[in-house]
Amino acid sequence: MQTEKDNKQAEFDFQAKIDKGDKIEPKDWMPERYRNQLVRMMSQHAHSEIVGMLPEGNWITRAPSLRRKAILLAKVQDEAGHGMYLYSAAETLGVDRTEMLKQLHTGKAKYSSIFNYPTLTWADIGAIGWLVDGAAIMNQTALAKGSYGPYSRAMVRICKEESFHNRQGYEIMCSLSFGTSEQKQMAQDAFNRWWWPAIMMLGPSDDNSPNSDELMRWKVKMESSDSIRRRFIDRTVPQAEFIGLTVPDPHMKFNKETGHYEHGPINWEEFFNVIKGNGPCNKERVKARNEADKNGRWVREAAEAYAEKHKKN
Amino acid sequence: MKETQWPLWEIFIQANPGIPHKHVGSLHAPDAEMALQNARDVYTRRKEGISIWAVESKNIVASAPEDVGSFFDPANDKVYRHPTFYKVPEGVKYL
Ligand SMILES: [Fe+2]
Ligand SMILES: [Fe+2]
Repeated sequence: MQTEKDNKQAEFDFQAKIDKGDKIEPKDWMPERYRNQLVRMMSQHAHSEIVGMLPEGNWITRAPSLRRKAILLAKVQDEAGHGMYLYSAAETLGVDRTEMLKQLHTGKAKYSSIFNYPTLTWADIGAIGWLVDGAAIMNQTALAKGSYGPYSRAMVRICKEESFHNRQGYEIMCSLSFGTSEQKQMAQDAFNRWWWPAIMMLGPSDDNSPNSDELMRWKVKMESSDSIRRRFIDRTVPQAEFIGLTVPDPHMKFNKETGHYEHGPINWEEFFNVIKGNGPCNKERVKARNEADKNGRWVREAAEAYAEKHKKN
Repeated sequence: MKETQWPLWEIFIQANPGIPHKHVGSLHAPDAEMALQNARDVYTRRKEGISIWAVESKNIVASAPEDVGSFFDPANDKVYRHPTFYKVPEGVKYL
């Protein structure tokens, strides 16, 4: 039996390992809170990739050219892959995939707030790749340096695939912005609607996250949300200006002294409301996942029957 | 038919000829053939590999992290297994 003293020692060794920059692997000793936090993060992240296919999948059949359709299809397939990498990383800590999916389907699981907004026009596909994948890259690049081996390796793999997502989105925004005045208007409208949700998806302000210190010490969280958000804004505002789009924030200004942009107040009430389930598409997303699960059932049954038949031969 | 959790498979990919297969992650599949097909779709969408191994996770035997000390102990005191242990007279070449 582990005594109190053994536990203290184990925790000390665990922290020393992390401080040294070593990764924690599935069978290594870890504090219960570390394990729980990682299971929560990895499963929420996996769910986000899976639900994230829905807003974009909405436009696959209506993409304006074969080129755009092939690109969007490949991007959505990548997101499915990201979900798979992450579910398998979460499973290394002993959680069951069926259980994780059940939580998603019953609406108990959380996923990124951003995917509860609708994709109203083709320009939204541009805005998502540019802004949503752009913000996700900032977050994921930080997480790739995290202490849990399987999560960090999944992040490295995902980050490699993300930059095409980001670029194809910006390319769509470029084409529209330099197109007819209607097209430019459509780009600006999508930008207006996605900017704030993208800013918010990086998470609440630092003074609003109570466990931050411990998570940073454990390298579960690598960088504060505000700091990632600042970098995202610093990189994105000039990209918007370059294609003649106006950032929908009248307070946005560049501070020459700090070298950073300063944004106006963020509507956190909206963010928490969407997280709670009251965003424009929360119900629709969970319903779509349930239907996909139900409609895909015959495929899984056929696969099982096939496997069974081949076993006998 | 009731929903069952398909077996878990560990996936190893050889990126290029001449180098070893490397573990990339895992996935669920009802049999070996479908494990390979799923592995191709999940882990090699950008030509990341030329060969895939799928091993059912339950068949992997692993050393335990808490035993590493005693388990790898036999190698600890055998510095004479390394070339740097030996003194070679100055001026002698190709040794
Ligand atoms: Fe993704
Ligand atoms: Fe992406």
